[in-house]
Amino acid sequence: MENKFNLILESSPHFKTKRSTPQIMYVVILLLLPMCIAGVYFFGWAALIRILLSLVTALLTEFIFLKLRKKDISPVFDGSAAVTGILLALTLPPTLPLSDVVIGSVVAISIGKQLFGGLGYNIFNPALVGRAFLQAAFPVDMTTWVKPFYFNLDSITSATPLGGFKIDGVSTALNKLTLGNTGGCIGETSAILIIIAGIILILLKMADWKIPVSIIITVSVFAGILHLLDPVKYQDPLFYLFSGGLMLGAFFMATDMVSSPITPFGSIIFGVGIGIVVMVIRVFGGLPEGMMYSILFMNCFVPLLNRYTKPKIFGEV
Amino acid sequence: MLYAYFYLIYNNKSKKITRVMMKMKRLTFKKGIHPKEFKQITENLEIKEVPVPPKIIIPIRQHIGAPLNPVVKKGDRVKTGQIIADSEAFVSAPVHSSCTGIVKNIGDYPTPLSPSDTCIEIETEEKEEFDFDLNSNIDYKSLSKQEILKLIRRAGIVGMGGAAFPAAVKFTPPKDIHIDTVILNGCECEPYLTSDYRTMLEFPEKILEGLKIIMRAVEAERGIIGIEDNKPDAIEKMSQLVDNESNINVQAVKTKYPQGAEKMLISALTGRKIPPGALPFSIGVVVSNVGTAAAIYDAVVKNIPLYKRVLTITGEVLENPANLLVRVGTPFSFLFDYIGGFLDEVTKLILGGPMMGIAQFTPDVGITKATSGILVMGKRRVGKEFNCINCAECVNHCPIFLVPTKIVRFAKSEIWDKAEDYGAMNCIECGSCSYMCPSNIPLVHWIRVAKSKITEIKKSSGK
Repeated sequence: MENKFNLILESSPHFKTKRSTPQIMYVVILLLLPMCIAGVYFFGWAALIRILLSLVTALLTEFIFLKLRKKDISPVFDGSAAVTGILLALTLPPTLPLSDVVIGSVVAISIGKQLFGGLGYNIFNPALVGRAFLQAAFPVDMTTWVKPFYFNLDSITSATPLGGFKIDGVSTALNKLTLGNTGGCIGETSAILIIIAGIILILLKMADWKIPVSIIITVSVFAGILHLLDPVKYQDPLFYLFSGGLMLGAFFMATDMVSSPITPFGSIIFGVGIGIVVMVIRVFGGLPEGMMYSILFMNCFVPLLNRYTKPKIFGEV
Repeated sequence: MLYAYFYLIYNNKSKKITRVMMKMKRLTFKKGIHPKEFKQITENLEIKEVPVPPKIIIPIRQHIGAPLNPVVKKGDRVKTGQIIADSEAFVSAPVHSSCTGIVKNIGDYPTPLSPSDTCIEIETEEKEEFDFDLNSNIDYKSLSKQEILKLIRRAGIVGMGGAAFPAAVKFTPPKDIHIDTVILNGCECEPYLTSDYRTMLEFPEKILEGLKIIMRAVEAERGIIGIEDNKPDAIEKMSQLVDNESNINVQAVKTKYPQGAEKMLISALTGRKIPPGALPFSIGVVVSNVGTAAAIYDAVVKNIPLYKRVLTITGEVLENPANLLVRVGTPFSFLFDYIGGFLDEVTKLILGGPMMGIAQFTPDVGITKATSGILVMGKRRVGKEFNCINCAECVNHCPIFLVPTKIVRFAKSEIWDKAEDYGAMNCIECGSCSYMCPSNIPLVHWIRVAKSKITEIKKSSGK
């Protein structure tokens, strides 16, 4: 009987869920695929090349940095770098020069993630760090938008719905916004796809529902009040909800686990903060779109939110 | 949400909702987890009595409180039920011999709770003699509160759910406190274990009488028996029995881990919450395990000390898992020989359930009064530990509303005062956080480290 025992000593509990961190990352990638496909449908090969380029660059950068830091290189395959690469590509204009894509992806992984210590330690959403860098370094490239050109080769320059409204006062039909048949970033134009994928993500408990819900409610209320005050100057809430990067940001960027709060009440404040900041930028600021900056801005507050929204211990008065 | 939905479908297949349960509101607490139960392995197996093993190793440290001193010497002949270790201290419970035989040795052996501790080894004899009156049948109603407590202490009753706190001490609250409710814990929320469930099915009268004795001892007005709704038979059985009792009722609680934790059960059944750091009697409640209640009945009415207990021996690698009535001090290895072989290599031997049980390094340890189960685990995949990704699963499932990942970060950085600020000392070590963690971080382990460090620092600073 003796040889039947090969005992391990371990602290309890002795069994656990099958869910693992790489699994969460790969499910997120799977749910980002519809947006990638939509992007490729609207913007053809150009979009596909940029998504793949950003993905490969992100993985390579992760590999090189782990080597430089003399760490185990297995995190390359945990899916987190791949998520960053794909998310970054989805927020880029479809005609962005390829060199810019590479730079953005390198910055996202290196400065946005590895310099903080790798997975789990970054304060900001890495993909948005990459995008913010590109916005600052190549402002013209980052604001050159085209109409969806499918697999045609000639593209026609056009404004995004938000830009068009802000600068020229042109509004865009709601059905175009929800389906995604407008100018904009590769993966952010089809609100309906993003909402479906986002809801699946929430049902799988891989994103905190409180964040997108509080963002959407805040934006609706903010825009609703403005629209009631002056319907000509301000669009209705639906326009603000379905245009630009709001949906992609709310469901896939703000809910990034690493850079969002861990306390329930903190998540709500985080979402409300993003909603307010994005509307302030869009309505009163100099830029037509502010989703990226509002998320990065609220990321700064996460440690503070975690500290001040610590839940009350059971039985504590 | 989706998970909970599938869980319901999965669970309802095997669950028959009885008539009694349909009428009952099912209570619960906030947060917690839904681990797979694995109770079907042993839930339909009747309790079998195990024969006396050739040697018995009784650990003398079996309870929380003051250590005991052996009162027998090497070479002494002891009878079944004779006290072999005792202490003058208030917070203690004596240990009895669980067999008739000769004391072969008093020395250090591995015990389930420690790698090496004082044990009394007894070589058993075939003919059994008892140190107590086999035919006694005392009417507890004729006994005073003090007499009942004395009998409970003399019988060495401790909490049999796992904590092993001396029962007589538990039932002696400070003078100015009135206990109004006695709760019997029949939740058995640990996966795999079925010993309490079988006890409820096979000895429901003992449990009910035990509850009445406790109520008399603490002068409580009402008694509640809380049972998880995955045990409809037990709920049905106990409900029928308490039909004529005006001040005792059976209450179904939702099947959720850790429903059987004292704080969670009290809050589910009475709505009262124990403040951090306080004991249940501060809010007028005493909680006892159903097995303990049955043992109290034996102790007070039948005069039988606690030297046998029901335990579940289970796991997928066992050929014949079982619910057994075992003498305290029976070595695990004897039980394995008794029930028969293994289907696969054993990589983990756990005293208790999978959520809070203690892993053993050898099968040659004797069971204690608080051993509710032995879980044998086979080969398994060891998950790699990843960095914390702030997914907040631990926060979302902690029944005590802690922020486990924060405490762990402070513990890893050895910032003990911060760990304490975040409530490390309030952790009940239920394991919900570690169970949920997708990064396989042993959160409970680190919180335990923090707890012992904080206690150490407090001691050395003279508090």
